[in-house]
Amino acid sequence: MAELVLRNISKRFGGLLAVDNLDLDVSEGMILSLIGPNGAGKTTVFNMITGVYPPSHGTITYRGNKLNHLRSNRIIRNGIARTFQNIRLFKSMTVLENVQVGLHCRTKSGAFRALFRTPHQKQEEKEIIDRAMEILEFLGLVDYRNEYASYLPYGDQRRLEIARAVATQPHMLLLDEPAAGMNPRETAELMELIIKLRDTGLTIFLVEHDMRLVMGISEIVTVLDHGQKIAEGTPKQVQENERVIEAYLGTKSKERA
Amino acid sequence: MPSSNVKKFIVYSLFMGILILPMVGLPSTGFEITRALLVWGVFVGILAFWLLGKSIRGSDAFQSAAGGLAPFRSRLFDNFTKVPTKIYLCLLLFALAAYPQVANNYMVDVGITCLIYVVLGLGLDIVVGLAGLLDLGYIAFYAVGAYTYSLLNLHFGLSFWSCLPIGIVLGAVCGCIIGYPTLRMRGDYLAIVTMGFGEIIRLVLNNWDKLTKGPNGLLGMAKPAIGYPSFAEGGVKWVSYSLKSLHSLYYLILLIAVLTVIGVGRLNNSRIGRAWIAIREDEVAAELSGVPTTWLKLLAYAMGAAFASVAGAFFASKLSYTNPNFFIFMESCIVLCIVVLGGVGSIPGIVLAGIVLIAVPEVSRELQNYRMLVFGLAMAVMMVLRPEGLIPATRHKRELHETEGETYGE
Ligand SMILES: Nc1ncnc2c1ncn2[C@@H]1O[C@H](COP(=O)(O)OP(=O)(O)O)[C@@H](O)[C@H]1O
Ligand SMILES: [Mg+2]
Repeated sequence: MAELVLRNISKRFGGLLAVDNLDLDVSEGMILSLIGPNGAGKTTVFNMITGVYPPSHGTITYRGNKLNHLRSNRIIRNGIARTFQNIRLFKSMTVLENVQVGLHCRTKSGAFRALFRTPHQKQEEKEIIDRAMEILEFLGLVDYRNEYASYLPYGDQRRLEIARAVATQPHMLLLDEPAAGMNPRETAELMELIIKLRDTGLTIFLVEHDMRLVMGISEIVTVLDHGQKIAEGTPKQVQENERVIEAYLGTKSKERA
Repeated sequence: MPSSNVKKFIVYSLFMGILILPMVGLPSTGFEITRALLVWGVFVGILAFWLLGKSIRGSDAFQSAAGGLAPFRSRLFDNFTKVPTKIYLCLLLFALAAYPQVANNYMVDVGITCLIYVVLGLGLDIVVGLAGLLDLGYIAFYAVGAYTYSLLNLHFGLSFWSCLPIGIVLGAVCGCIIGYPTLRMRGDYLAIVTMGFGEIIRLVLNNWDKLTKGPNGLLGMAKPAIGYPSFAEGGVKWVSYSLKSLHSLYYLILLIAVLTVIGVGRLNNSRIGRAWIAIREDEVAAELSGVPTTWLKLLAYAMGAAFASVAGAFFASKLSYTNPNFFIFMESCIVLCIVVLGGVGSIPGIVLAGIVLIAVPEVSRELQNYRMLVFGLAMAVMMVLRPEGLIPATRHKRELHETEGETYGE
């Protein structure tokens, strides 16, 4: 069975059906992309998977466990991590500290150990720093470790979000428009990074508008329009799909006007 | 002086005049215009001085002169910063320890009050400064500590030391009870609800006559005592020494304050502290980075309450008396003022603000009636001039300097 399984998922916001009866399987170790025009419901899908709100209908199963009513932090601990479409870093914390927060759910020392600085706590704090530095190294952010998160250039802020997500030691990474606002060079770097992450064993679930990125790295592309799945397949199949071209280019041109 | 500064000066002076003149000028005895003018004059003077300094510093002549002096100044500054912080801390500690030896009894008493408020300020800083939860009923936990000790000591004769852990646990439990219903609230709602809970505790203490003797309060608790072995005839005996003198009480609260500073500092720099700050910054992002926000917010309430409870137990034992009117809403405000004026999240700032805000009105008795007015003014002025507090939180700056040494290499 696939790692993440969505069955008959719907989400209703008042009169608006943001996601409509969606079925989706994400298999282990692959890069799957979810694309669609603005307002198609992509972010809503991510929010339901990570427990920001429960789906109105349907079930979400991750490695055989139902996620529907778990708290977000439990879902993260189960092995799903995510980034945000509008960057949500801890702005007054340093780059290193942002990643350290990501390690919270994999460490244990509580308030009492901190108050008494037990050897166990000291050891763990050291491990937290070492681990965070490793992750920063991996993402090429190590030189910025003592900068405030808000001082970073835009592209690096997006990478820091990935770093913080990776720090939770996930099996699956949900990336919500990671290339938004990046220049072509940064996007190319991001592409390499995503492949590098996948090669460490992560499953990548990508929401993205940049078609070169999506078509370049995805194994499967799912297309969403008005909350409904209108196509699914390899990048090539999807690119040739009539409905996709219609829905996608249709809205695209309206958007430009 | 640039015209914008002149305008600022006139507007602020008039504003303060409107604020000060009627309130200071109209005490119960009648309109005292001279005193009001005096207070206003001092404010206007300070303001003029500050603005003048600012415009001189901004002027071209000063800039070029400063440019010439810069190497010298930075060398001087280097010499100061080269001395490790620990040495400054030791000096400060030494000064605080020597203080009762040079001060009279009254001043020692003021010192004790200051240190109690420092402990309260630091405790509240966990809730407000680290976790970002506005709490206007904080003084209730101070009351819980005071009454826990008073009741246990009067009815069961338990000592100060055995009451401390009980008080801490009870305070923490009350923190959770008050914190739980407010977990989903933010900002102003949170402020109103915590304020209400604080008042509820005070009213319960005021009206539960059978247990708390109501507004009359509880009287006659023992002072804290310490035991030491004595080698009298026939072997070793434990002798208990009651900390009756102001001096010994001062040293006890100094010890409590130092431990509080260390404790809050350690929390601040731990996994728990980072999670609290993350919650303050962006609760949703924190939860979605795997931080159990609900539990950590409860923990912040509990930890803050525990420190207040210790301060309360000390307070009750020092006076050997307690009554519900010590724990009015105004006290919560004062503690909050200490946190905000000192610099939210900044331990040295809060220590400084605790000492200044309590000692100044206490020592200048004249001012005592206008304490709240001065607090209000100070808050308003700070919000305009220095919203980050007297000594802004420096965790980031400090970590920047320490990375090679402590933070990474430890
Ligand atoms: N919390 C919410 N409340 C009400 N409507 C929402 C909410 N979140 C999203 N929507 C609506 O749901 C639709 C899908 O939004 P979203 O998932 O953000 O689209 P996408 O990420 O594909 O651009 C949009 O019409 C949006 O306005
Ligand atoms: Mg979106």
